[in-house]
Order: sequence, then C-alpha cells, then structure tokens
Amino acid sequence: MPTPNVAQSKTPAGDAGRLMSGAEMLLECLQREGVDIFFGYPGGVTLPFYDALYDSHIKHILVRHEENAAFAAAGYARATGKTGVCCATSGPGATNLVTGLVDALMDSIPLVAITGQVHSKLIGSDAFQEADTFGITRPATKHNFMVRNVAELPRIVHEAFYLASSGRPGPVLVDIPKDVFQAMGHYVPVDSIHLPGYKVFTEGHAGQIRRAAQLIWEAERPFVYAGGGILAGAASAELTELVELVDMPAVCTLMALGGLSSSHPNFVSMPGMHGSYAANMGMTECDLLIALGTRFDDRVTGQLGSFAKHARVIHVDIDPAEVGKNRNPDIPIVGDVKHVLQKLNKAVQEFAPEMREAHAPARVAWWQKVRGWAEEHPYDRRHDPNVIRPQHLMDEIDRFSGGQAVVTSDVGQHQMWAAQLIRFNEPRLWVNSGGLGSMGFGVPSAIGAQFARPDKLVIAICGDGGFQMSIPELSTIAAHSLPIKIIVMNNGCLGMVRQWQTLFYNNRLSSVALECFPDVVQLAGAYGFTGRTIDKPEQLAEALETAFKTPGPYLLNVKVAPMENVYPMVPAGGAVYEMVLGPVEPVAAD
Amino acid sequence: MLQTISILLENKPGALLRVTGVLSARGYNIEGLTVAKTQDPELSRMTITVDVEERLRTQVIKQMSKLVNVLQATDMTESPSVIREMVLLRVKCTQEHRTAVLKEAEIFQARVIDSSLEGFVLEATGVTEKLDEFIDVMRSYGESDVSRSGAVAMSLETKKLRLQPPVPTGAGVAVA
Repeated sequence: MPTPNVAQSKTPAGDAGRLMSGAEMLLECLQREGVDIFFGYPGGVTLPFYDALYDSHIKHILVRHEENAAFAAAGYARATGKTGVCCATSGPGATNLVTGLVDALMDSIPLVAITGQVHSKLIGSDAFQEADTFGITRPATKHNFMVRNVAELPRIVHEAFYLASSGRPGPVLVDIPKDVFQAMGHYVPVDSIHLPGYKVFTEGHAGQIRRAAQLIWEAERPFVYAGGGILAGAASAELTELVELVDMPAVCTLMALGGLSSSHPNFVSMPGMHGSYAANMGMTECDLLIALGTRFDDRVTGQLGSFAKHARVIHVDIDPAEVGKNRNPDIPIVGDVKHVLQKLNKAVQEFAPEMREAHAPARVAWWQKVRGWAEEHPYDRRHDPNVIRPQHLMDEIDRFSGGQAVVTSDVGQHQMWAAQLIRFNEPRLWVNSGGLGSMGFGVPSAIGAQFARPDKLVIAICGDGGFQMSIPELSTIAAHSLPIKIIVMNNGCLGMVRQWQTLFYNNRLSSVALECFPDVVQLAGAYGFTGRTIDKPEQLAEALETAFKTPGPYLLNVKVAPMENVYPMVPAGGAVYEMVLGPVEPVAAD
Repeated sequence: MLQTISILLENKPGALLRVTGVLSARGYNIEGLTVAKTQDPELSRMTITVDVEERLRTQVIKQMSKLVNVLQATDMTESPSVIREMVLLRVKCTQEHRTAVLKEAEIFQARVIDSSLEGFVLEATGVTEKLDEFIDVMRSYGESDVSRSGAVAMSLETKKLRLQPPVPTGAGVAVA
C-alpha cells in the first residue's frame, strides 16, 4: 500500500463541500459506506480512479485475475456479512467479473462491483476495450447502474450499497465511464435512499406467525430446514432458540452450515443430494417442515413431487418470489427471518403448557427415530491403512479445526465431503460456491476471508481441478504473506464428473484425468512459501499439524484414493429417500 | 394460457430490458408487448402478454414486482379490466370488391386511413379475437399486410399504488 507522498493529503473524508473529481467522489462514497478494503485490477479507463486511490486510506488488493476479485470480495462478504467490493476495468475486466457476479446472485451475497467504461462519447462505437457491461451484467446482478454524469454518482453508489445489503442481498454493479471519473463536481451527501419500486419485506404477518406457532405444537414430527437466509439475516441465535424451545431436529443446507452449530445436539446434518440418510429421511417422514430462509433448491429437494410429501410446510423467506415458487406452503410468511423468528419464538412460548405437552411423547419418539437413522447410516469417515481416503482427510481437518476454522472450498467431491464431515460451530466459517458451483472459488475466496478475519485460521480446500484454476492467486497470497493453508485433495481427476461417469455413463471416463499436476514443492517455492505432497495415511495428521503451525501460506497436496465416490447420493431427478448409500454396480445412461 | 400483465415502471435506462429479460430468463414466452410514457414522463406503462402455465401466473407477477424499477405489476387476466389491441391493415383489392371491403370495414368499425387504386389501409381496434376475425375477412379479398400493436390494458378499478418511502441512510455521515 503506497503511503501518501504529499504533505497535504487529499483524502476526501468529510470534505463534502469541496470540488472534487468523480474518482475522488467514488472514494468518498466508499469511505462513507465503511469500505476499508476492496479487490480489483486496474486498466485504461479506471486510471483516474486508481490515481485518486493513491492518496486514499482504503486498501486495494491487486488480484491476478478479475474473476478472483469478485470471488475474493464474495469471500470477504461471506466471512463477515459486510458488503464486499470489487473493481475492474472496461471490456475484458468487466466480462471477467461476470462469473463472480452470478455466483453472488445465486447465493444472495452482498457485493458491489465497480467497473470502468469507455468515455461517454465513445460508447457504442466499438471503442478499444468497450463492452456493453450494463447489458451483459443485467441478468447477472440484483440491479445494475450506468452513471451518466458526475452529479448522479454519489446517489447511485449509495443506492448500490443499499440494494446490495438490504432485503435479499445480492450483487449490484455500477458502470462508470472514464469521463465521469474525470469530471469535477461537488459531493452532495445522500441522507436517504429513494427507490419507490424496491420493497423490502421485514416484518412477517402476525396472524401467520401465530398460526405457525400453533402448527409447531400440533406437529408430532416437526423438522427444521434452515437455509442460507439464516446467515444472511444473522438469525443464528433465533434459530438455535427455536430448535431448543421445541426440541426438534434441524438440518442446515450447504449454504447454512454453521447457522446452527454443527456440534449442537439438535443439528442433524446437511440435507439433499449428498446429505445424510437421517437428514433426507427426516425431510421425507416429517409431518411439519419449517423452512427458514431457503428456496427449495433442486439439490435439496430432489424430485419435488415426492419431497416431504406427508408434511405441512411453513415457509419463511424475505423474497416473496421464493415463497410458493417450488413448493406451495401451508403457512407462507414473507419477512426477515430474524424478525420473524423472534416473533415466532415468542408466540411458541405463549402457548399453554397443556398445548405444548400434548404431542411431547410423539416428538420424543420422532427424535428417537431420527437418531436411529443417524446411527444406522452415519457419514462414512473410515480410514484406510494403505491409502488416504478423502473422508480421512476431512476427518483430520475437522479434528484440527474443532469447528472453529474458516474453511473455503472449491466445487466438487471435496466440497461435499468437507460439508459432510467438517464441523462449523458458528456462522460464516464455511465459505463455498453453492448455487452456481463455480470451480476456482476456493483460493480467491480464502484471500477475501483471510483479510476479513485476520484472527482466524483460514483453510482453502480445493480439488486438483479447481486449484489449477486459481494458481495465479498464489502470487497475491505470497505478496501479502497471507497465512492461508491450501489443502489440495488430489485424486488426479475431476472427481465429481468422474463419479457421474462411473455411476451413470458406464464408467466411460471422458476427459476427466488431470495429468501433469505440478510439483507443489517447486510451485509454492516459486512464490516463496512451503509446499509439500503426501500420500500415506500415517503422514496425514503430522502434515496437517505442520501446515497449520507454519507461519504464512502453506500448500499441502494430499494424494487420495482416486476412485472414491461421495455417498449418500440422490441420483439426479430421484426422490431424496431413494439415496444410494454406498458403492453399487455401474449402470448405463438411458 | 395467455396472461396479460400491466406494469408501471420507472422510465430509466434499461428498465424495459429488465422486464423482458426476466421473462425470457425464466422461460416465459412473450406474445405481445406495448410500452409508452404515462402522464408522468418519469413513468412508463407496459402491457405484456405472456404464454404461461396457469399455476405460474402468480410467480410471474412476483418476479416482475421484484425488479427495482417496477412500481406495480398487475395480473389483468384476473381482475376486471379492458384489453384492446389496434391493427393497421393494408389490403389489395380489385375494382369490383372495393365496396364490399368498405362494407366489411364498417362492420368491424374500422377506419379507412388511405385509399389508392391498389386498395386500402384500414385501422381497427378491438379485442384480440375480433381483430383476428377482421384480418381473416380482409385476407379473403386479396393480399394483405398487417401490423398489430399488441394488447393494451386498463384496469376498471383503481389499484392503490404502494410505493416504498425514502429510507434514511447512514451514508450521509462521513466515517471518521
């Protein structure tokens, strides 16, 4: 970070009346929004902005690819709940952000992306590095803006932050032409946001909440299905209170892990395609499903028609369009899940003891059933004396983390095993690309997460595929001596695709072998930090301990059994209770 | 089935694209679309006809309402409303059929906009089905070309416009 080299700092904070450039005005806005760090990559049209940044206290992290700026900002946002900020230049810079924007859109992550645009006079002329960023990113964002003149810049930037973080969070992009960065104007403080068509539904319907409380006490087999909204809405404490008040089993989706502590006795596991037997059977056999901040995603529900078919459904979500989208609930409640749960918990407690006790024996029996399922078919975490099983690796990481470390992941088999076997005892420890499933997410999101949580051990668990999409960022990690521990679960192939080819395509393994994985000792060494490869089970505990105890970055390449499959598995389009629990004979695709 | 939606939206750059974009992204086929400014030049009124399964109609309205620039989205198929369309039709006709064509036009309350030796240009408004008939009848007289406006709709009831009031923000205060 260059220090201001002029005696009179031009830092614009609190300097609202002063005539300033659009670039300085943008920094003023960022500062007022509480941004102290952002991730980006400069270019031709953002030169005026980066020039103004030279004198600013806001920290800019130069990544090695714009996609990773978006992923790092998302990692920052996911680890803190604060809005992440990324920046890219026009044309290729902006188009490189797109995957990160869609990722944030799918997972409802608050993100503000600033892109430069060519000079206003050149827009539409196929100018150098011109792309229709506004058009391209419209379906990739919650909302987007193009700034036409410097006077509207502050209003738009503040609106962007408001939109990104309020209601159902999401990415918002602001496209700024070069001449707007250069134009001079006065920063006019924006003390209110006026978006007449943007409705945020906070308070749930009181009558519906009361009815929901009644249904809960009337249920014999209640089951909580908690989604990412629990984290977005900071409703972890309220969720915990609810499951304790009624003493009922709860699952957290891939997006919600840590929303209810993995070590909490009422936590069952993750549900869905690779969820546990107990989670999916619980969903199937419950008579009341309490869905909180979740969207009945196909990876959770499997075949919709047979999902929770005996259950009445209470669905709480802040986005009205999610309520009734995939499943028509019996009690729809549109509102902020934290507010709704506070009221629901109160309503639940207001019921007379007779009412609360009426079905208590049934609930106890239900709990026994769910625990029985969990004992009958626990996740496979067996170790093998001859080869490192991926499950063994995750089991060891879990032991070291103790539910405390920030774990980021890429996408694929390792992601599922990590989600199954690693505990997250508080919210915002588990950082992964859920909805979009973007490979190459693990390393850059760890960068954002480590800047956000310098106090925390940050572990990036990658496959050998996703890791190779992010190798350029080793440079960013080294440049900032970030103590990120990258663990590559190396099975020599694109494991999840290989698993599907094995199970559903007659084991015809097409283009999944990842040959020529680099020597990590040399690779990490080239960036000035330590790398190591292990392939023996007896090395695992010691290697992880060494990696975690070594100051600074560490790259550990763990060669695991290549043909392991993730189980349980709900075949695509199947009902969740039709889980495949373990290895089966390969079948041909239809 | 066809669903007619009336949308009041802010006249902002890209607003039209956002509406059509959401429809296409979610797989709803747009059958007709009209848009023009309202008395308030900051706002536009849009009427869209989409082909959508009955059970998804509420979802379409919710997706429209979610757009930041959309102030109100109403399902006109469900509420008391009038839906009209306009058609401009050029028909070629021979000398001996001219009177018959004019007579037919009168039946459909169509107006003659242009008359030439070749034939006529006619203007008609009405409900979609009536205009379909009009076009069929005129086609029977000779080669014709048609430009249809797509449906415009007006609710028969006053719908209360619920707008979000301004929200105070901390951004007006400089962070120390």
